[in-house]
Amino acid sequence: MTVDVSNYIALSAVMFFIGVTGVVVRRNPLIMLMSIELMLNAANLALVAFSRAWVNNAGHIFVFLVVTVAAAEAAIGLGIVVSVFRTARNVDVDEVARLRG
Amino acid sequence: MIGFYVLAIVLIASAIFTIMQRSPVYSVIGLLVNFIVLAVFYFTLNAEFLGVIQLVVYSGAILMLFVFVIALLSSGIGPLPEGPNRLPHVLGPAIASVLVCFGFVAYGVLHAPMAAPMVAGSAKQLGLVGSANVFGSVGDFGVALFTTQLLPFEITAFILMVAVVGVVTIASDASPQPTRGQHERRKRAKEREPIVKAGR
Repeated sequence: MTVDVSNYIALSAVMFFIGVTGVVVRRNPLIMLMSIELMLNAANLALVAFSRAWVNNAGHIFVFLVVTVAAAEAAIGLGIVVSVFRTARNVDVDEVARLRG
Repeated sequence: MIGFYVLAIVLIASAIFTIMQRSPVYSVIGLLVNFIVLAVFYFTLNAEFLGVIQLVVYSGAILMLFVFVIALLSSGIGPLPEGPNRLPHVLGPAIASVLVCFGFVAYGVLHAPMAAPMVAGSAKQLGLVGSANVFGSVGDFGVALFTTQLLPFEITAFILMVAVVGVVTIASDASPQPTRGQHERRKRAKEREPIVKAGR
């Protein structure tokens, strides 16, 4: 293992901001959810790299928790998308603005 | 080291591919490549159990969920309507917010005390990936999960329970089922049909 931990952290930061860009720019809720998955995975990569650097598996447990949260978030988010599509016949987040005050 | 850079380039390229695609199906393909490369990173970081979890849960379950929802939403109506291109409107605020966030994280990364190299580790604690009873092996992870980290494990179960109940509540047909005649029920079924079949 010759790769320094800062390389992994830099990679994780780049991947996180690709995810942020996806959420901010795209208007398709499916792709926005995928961008959120990208951000969660970037956080996971940072956790695993730090865990390896300090030889402490608390980070692994945290990644396990994050994976669970990601699964729950994807399931609920996609459920909301399906439910919105049923009523609005559209999945563009700018068109579905019924809750706007 | 060469392998790290090759994998890093593939990781970033697949992430960019994911958010650039017009059709969500191509995005799913990009995300699949991204998750597989990430699993390889986990294996090289002595986290073999998490690598397997990454492949099974993310590439197996979550991406299948995405594919099924895409198939459900676009069956029978062809590709979803595109709408006007809003990129010129959102480009300025988007770039500003992303750069501000990136500044915060860059500050954190550059100022964090991470100069310490990877701990070399004794042969007992940090062994070859795949061997038993070393750091990150399934036994190591399992012992930690069921003894010192039991509370996060139970919270995991609670989160999944809440998610299942929430999804059933949100996505099921929420209209009450009164004891009316056959005619009424058939009418409701006819209203429901276009979800799967016809477009506007």
